[in-house]
Amino acid sequence: MDKTVNQKAWFLVLPVFLVVAFSAILPLMTVVNYSMQDTFGNNQFFWNGVGWFKELLDPSSDLGGRFFASLWRNLFFSAVILAIEVPLGIVVALSMPRDGWSVAACLVTLALPLLIPWNVVGTIWQIFGRPDIGLLGYALNGIGINYNYVSNEFDAWATVIVMDVWHWTSLVALLCYAGLKSIPDAYYQAAQIDGASRWAVFTAIQLPKMNRVLLIAVLLRFMDSFMIYTEPFVVTGGGPGNSTTFVSIELVKIALGQFDLGKAAALSLVYNLIIIIVCWIFYTIMTNAGAERRVEQGAA
Amino acid sequence: MARIDLVELAHSYGGNAADQASYALKPISMTWRQGGAYALLGPSGCGKTTLLNLISGIVTPSHGKILFDGVDITPLSTQKRNIAQVFQFPVIYDTMTVGQNLAFPLRNRGVPNSQIDARVAEIARLLDLTPDLKRKATRLTADAKQKISLGRGLVRSDVAAVLFDEPLTVIDPELKWQLRSKLKALHRDLDLTMIYVTHDQTEALTFADTVVVMHEGRVVQSGTPAELFDKPAHTFVGYFIGSPGMNILPAEVRGREARIGDHTIRLGRSYDNLPEGAKIELGVRPEFVDVAPEAPGLLSATIDRIDDLGRVRFARLRIGDAKFGARVPPGFAVPGTTAGLVFDASRIHVYADSVLVEGMS
Repeated sequence: MDKTVNQKAWFLVLPVFLVVAFSAILPLMTVVNYSMQDTFGNNQFFWNGVGWFKELLDPSSDLGGRFFASLWRNLFFSAVILAIEVPLGIVVALSMPRDGWSVAACLVTLALPLLIPWNVVGTIWQIFGRPDIGLLGYALNGIGINYNYVSNEFDAWATVIVMDVWHWTSLVALLCYAGLKSIPDAYYQAAQIDGASRWAVFTAIQLPKMNRVLLIAVLLRFMDSFMIYTEPFVVTGGGPGNSTTFVSIELVKIALGQFDLGKAAALSLVYNLIIIIVCWIFYTIMTNAGAERRVEQGAA
Repeated sequence: MARIDLVELAHSYGGNAADQASYALKPISMTWRQGGAYALLGPSGCGKTTLLNLISGIVTPSHGKILFDGVDITPLSTQKRNIAQVFQFPVIYDTMTVGQNLAFPLRNRGVPNSQIDARVAEIARLLDLTPDLKRKATRLTADAKQKISLGRGLVRSDVAAVLFDEPLTVIDPELKWQLRSKLKALHRDLDLTMIYVTHDQTEALTFADTVVVMHEGRVVQSGTPAELFDKPAHTFVGYFIGSPGMNILPAEVRGREARIGDHTIRLGRSYDNLPEGAKIELGVRPEFVDVAPEAPGLLSATIDRIDDLGRVRFARLRIGDAKFGARVPPGFAVPGTTAGLVFDASRIHVYADSVLVEGMS
């Protein structure tokens, strides 16, 4: 095919290029720039090469130690979140009504936590869990459980996890519900005819038909929980000690608390890279699954 | 394996209160004998799928009872009824292999593994699925999928009946023939009662020993294909079975004579028992009326066109405003725009309010 050469076409690309440059490339390059330098204030910068990256990835250094500690903490948090929210979301979706007015009622109720801003969620739970004036904290202490998320690490973790489950299980449930609704009635009728038990219906029909939305749910919940900042920051401020200091909280401490711009820039680049890699893995899995499905439909 | 009796069975999706005209299935009583091959034939919306779903228990009837071998199973769930059903669109459990798909109904009922393997192997052999048993049930063509669905329906040897709900709709015409004859062969081999729902008369007539014709929620006739052709019990049957369908002509009948307009036709039987005030019609299949040159004493009609079906030619005519079909005898040259009609008197039926009236000879 003959292509017409027309250099004016560049002008058509220019607006997009400018928007992307100012919204993404330039800020990112600024961060790359910071990550290579050190500063002692006064807007004076010194070249440091890959020094910060070396320190960051060396667990024996102070920076590396803090980074890896918060990274493992964060991964553990994400794992716990997924292990609770995905099964719970599925159970909620399965027990939702299939038709009638109660469907709308369920959907609205489920959507409520999703509509609340992050820092408000944090504030709600911060007050809810306080032993002196919070309903939850007061009640727990009242029945003899010594609960205090400010001083006890386990209590702090439990609070942050329960808060996240409260806030985000709805998302998983709504996605699963959408997946369930797309299953034709014929499948359930055929399963009845085949004498399938409730469990067999779940494993043979519902779970396989939900796997696409589940993958999306896992991706979204992993990303969100891996990048979590506001809610634990409002509730525990990363404490007690460093026990709930996740990567983003650590990052803000370094960047704004200590004003170590170079270290913070290096950390955020590595953080960003991890997220992009995980996203890419999920994306690959999803598109492969999608391609398989398309081939199947093409053959049908 | 069972005889299935329907006792005053009826169903209304609107609940009990609705009046009978709105019933999806109007009260019927009939018996399906063990080992029979039945077809439920009728146009879309005539209640045939409702009847099927009532038998399998997917729908609970609002009236009446269903008996398997004399035992009332109306309140039982689908799982507890001993019944298999194949749906219009194939249902495949795509995380399993083809073999596991076939074994699924048996496994769910706790059949021992050795029996499952033997039965699955047999069904796979009958349906030509043996080479695919080990492969995953994904990326299959529509007919392969439907074969697996059929296999799952047939794999249980102890079922009271296997119900088919237009199972060949999604299949290419050529494969349709193959699968239909395969089903027929399976019916002979497996000694299962089969009930086959379809709106395609060819499918019904080739598959079944007994065809049950349904119309507007009612069973209008059940009989062998020949009975349906020779002696339709209802004008709908005459019109629906056969291609082209039966001719229906409004007429006045008295004794052995019928008057159409000012023309009189001799009938094969005598009708002195016609109900007062009923709408009287003559029904005669195009195969039993010949086109002839116009002559005094013959009913004359206007020729619209001639359809040459290869083996036989049919003339499409009009008598007044009524459309009419008749056979054109071999070698007969069509005379122009009008023709006379020669009736085979013994093949003329008389209908009162659409229902066949038996004449006296």
